[in-house]
Amino acid sequence: MSGTRAAALRARLDDALAPTELEIIDESDRHVGHAGAADGKSHFRVRVVSTRFEGAKRLERHRMVFDALEDMLETDIHALSVLAQTPDDARKS
Amino acid sequence: MDVNDRIRNQLDEYPVLLYMKGTPDFPQCGFSAQTVAVLRALNTKFAYMNIFEDPEIREGLKVYSNWPTFPQLYVNGELIGGCDIALELYESGELKEIIDEAAAGQSDAAEVGEPS
Repeated sequence: MSGTRAAALRARLDDALAPTELEIIDESDRHVGHAGAADGKSHFRVRVVSTRFEGAKRLERHRMVFDALEDMLETDIHALSVLAQTPDDARKS
Repeated sequence: MDVNDRIRNQLDEYPVLLYMKGTPDFPQCGFSAQTVAVLRALNTKFAYMNIFEDPEIREGLKVYSNWPTFPQLYVNGELIGGCDIALELYESGELKEIIDEAAAGQSDAAEVGEPS
């Protein structure tokens, strides 16, 4: 179930942002049993490295990620942690 | 008063305002808890609103700010971001600068109330 979700997430982000690096970590297991996990949706942490983020501020970068995921935020994702970097940022971090 | 007016009134009234899940002492989400921890680490005076107690504000904010998730941290009426951005700005020292300018004169951890 959550493997399918991670794959769907990856496809959306690949399409929208053409990332040079994309890490998707499913952290749902760490939240089993807490109130937020009761709806059966997943917790993900994503790191997206894309040239599309160049010139965009933090808020705009996150919005680009949210826009790519759109309805999945309602239907599949309970919590999402985002690190949005340009290739330049990624080299420095 | 429509929901956008209510949001604007709250943002006008409270220079540092956190829309969160739960309350600072009883957060109901790890991201909200972390954001509160950051504000407390900076000794910030902030107001908060528990979005679970006001579904209209909860849905309205997503549209108002074009931001689909919570928590949402606002300083001087401007969306700073959610938990990830608050943490990044905290670590870089920028959050302290932003908040120091805005926080003067605000009472500690006030719960947002509205005139009846």
